[in-house]
Amino acid sequence: MKILEYPFSGEKIVEQKRRIKKELLQETNTRLKKKIAILGGSTTNDVKQVLELFLLNMGIEPEFYESEYNQYYEDAMFDNNSLMKFRPDIIYIHTTNRNISGFPEPGDTQETIDAMIDMEMSKFTEMWNRLAQVYECPIIQNNFEFPDYRLMGNRDAYDIHGRINYINRLNMSFCEYAQNHNNFYIQDIQYISSLYGLDKWSDPFYWHMYKYAVSVPAIPTLAFNLANIIKSIYGKNKKALVLDLDNTLWGGVIGDDDVDNIIIGQEVSAGQAFSEFQGYLKDLSKIGVLLNIDSKNDEENAIAGLNHRDCTLHPKDFTVIKANWNPKSRNFVEIAEELNILPDSMVFVDDNPAEREIVRAEVLGASVPDIGQPENYIRAIDRSGFFEVTSFSADDLSRNEMYKENIKRAHFQTKFRDYKDYLKSLDMHAVIKPFEPVYLGRIAQLTNKSNQFNLTTKRFNQAEIEQMAQSDEYITLYGKLSDKFGDNGVVSIVIGKIQGQTLHIVLWLMSCRVLKRDMEYAMMDTLVQKAESKGIHEIKGYYYPTAKNKMVQDFYGDQNFICESKDEKGNAIWSYDIDDSYKYKNQVIEVIA
Amino acid sequence: MSREEIYGELNKVFQEIFDDDTLTVNDSTTSSDIEDWDSLEHINLMMAIEEAFGITFNIGEVTTMKNVGEMADKIAEKIK
Repeated sequence: MKILEYPFSGEKIVEQKRRIKKELLQETNTRLKKKIAILGGSTTNDVKQVLELFLLNMGIEPEFYESEYNQYYEDAMFDNNSLMKFRPDIIYIHTTNRNISGFPEPGDTQETIDAMIDMEMSKFTEMWNRLAQVYECPIIQNNFEFPDYRLMGNRDAYDIHGRINYINRLNMSFCEYAQNHNNFYIQDIQYISSLYGLDKWSDPFYWHMYKYAVSVPAIPTLAFNLANIIKSIYGKNKKALVLDLDNTLWGGVIGDDDVDNIIIGQEVSAGQAFSEFQGYLKDLSKIGVLLNIDSKNDEENAIAGLNHRDCTLHPKDFTVIKANWNPKSRNFVEIAEELNILPDSMVFVDDNPAEREIVRAEVLGASVPDIGQPENYIRAIDRSGFFEVTSFSADDLSRNEMYKENIKRAHFQTKFRDYKDYLKSLDMHAVIKPFEPVYLGRIAQLTNKSNQFNLTTKRFNQAEIEQMAQSDEYITLYGKLSDKFGDNGVVSIVIGKIQGQTLHIVLWLMSCRVLKRDMEYAMMDTLVQKAESKGIHEIKGYYYPTAKNKMVQDFYGDQNFICESKDEKGNAIWSYDIDDSYKYKNQVIEVIA
Repeated sequence: MSREEIYGELNKVFQEIFDDDTLTVNDSTTSSDIEDWDSLEHINLMMAIEEAFGITFNIGEVTTMKNVGEMADKIAEKIK
């Protein structure tokens, strides 16, 4: 919804929140239901209400628990029946510099101040540790914004008695905790309050009137940022950029002006802006964002432009390049198909408002930011929070390569008449084993972001996954697949719950990057082996339809399961009796189990 | 701006904040007349009025206004 996209007006959102919510609830798309506990050190009413709007807009339907005014510590540290019953999926602790127990006095020694830091930190770490232990869910904690005044002026920053110095030290300690604990995320309000403007962010009017530590007009900025972290935890980040060329990656129109006359590089100011933007995009690709081209140009010209000696980005930096005269919306959808990702996980970047309007209108769910002038392109993308990183795995580092390998595989495939011959020629090797600690991060990431090849779409956090991995009541399997073109990493996850002699498959998912490679058969073969060795006679599979997982509605039928029941919504239960006649289905992947 | 014009603007703000197109306010309207007008909504209302009229209230003013009539008086005083 446009009013909720960057750059938004905080005032407008707060004023119109009732109407916006009504409109969002009229949209019929299915949303992920999540329970969010807000533990606040100041008033949080508007934080909750505005956060709800942003989350609804991002496809998450929240239910809230809100602590009483300034009861965050009590709620966290003591037995709390209502929070227990609520069973939060996420806990957000909203404290501010108003909640710091005390600041150094002018005469304090270094030792006294160090001890104060330790005291303050142990208050927070005890709270985080207890919450993690009792509620086993992700915790988001915002760090501290700078104080509203500086007693010593600039000296406040470097004198150990200065409040700025003290807050910086606390914030560094928060970061250290985050570096050493999974499932713990810092919301950096020190940064976002500076972007917003500290004077307006901490307007004391709102504190004295209503005990809002963040001014009401700034709350949408806080809530949008928080919503981005939450959507990232639940795998709703964007994955790819789809970029125009002329006047987006360089100045000028290459078809008219010729390759030597496009504006790029350090010689002219306008060229510098485009160069900086290309550098930013290149950096995004290093954290796993896929870059693609969707341009109205002859392909020859497009490639010539990208080979310009002053371009930072070259053809090899892109996964798919579509330079033709088709409607951009059509190219956009085709790029999604080639990448095997959904169009709503791609961001369209084009200087031309008319092209943006076409993609907005034609491609449901596509993100289309108004990027403004070239010198502001970076901000428009950065502030939108499309690629908020909450987990970072080795896979993210090499994602670009993996997608490119996939496209090579597709080209290679056309050489074979028989599909099985093609699969055999890929020289595939798989490791299929019970969950191992090194992969837990990737496993959690996959369970939270896989939508299409996902039978139950059950989401688990890392703590829950760790528990199942260690429990005798579960059979867990991860599948890793490599082939002659490269390593795909962990691509499939199966979790089965043992009840007597029956195994219930609570989760079965596979990354779409290895569709049609028979990996699902290899997984089933191994699962059946494991089940047999545990004396299991029957496997039950479940399919719960969502807007996105239609491709697996007949998955269990295909695996020779028998359909036991199916309701009018399509929820189905399948079963398979294990006997001696089980035939191994995978013939093309060499498996290490 | 006449008192009528002020009320025209005020009605728009109230309608937006409480999402009710039929809502109108007058001199004697108080928070007890509008179901959703609680102390937390009051701050959103104040912010919206400041926005709409390009004015700011101080803490004392916000806490002493007893009804919409006094609110309109304050607005009239500030936009003079």
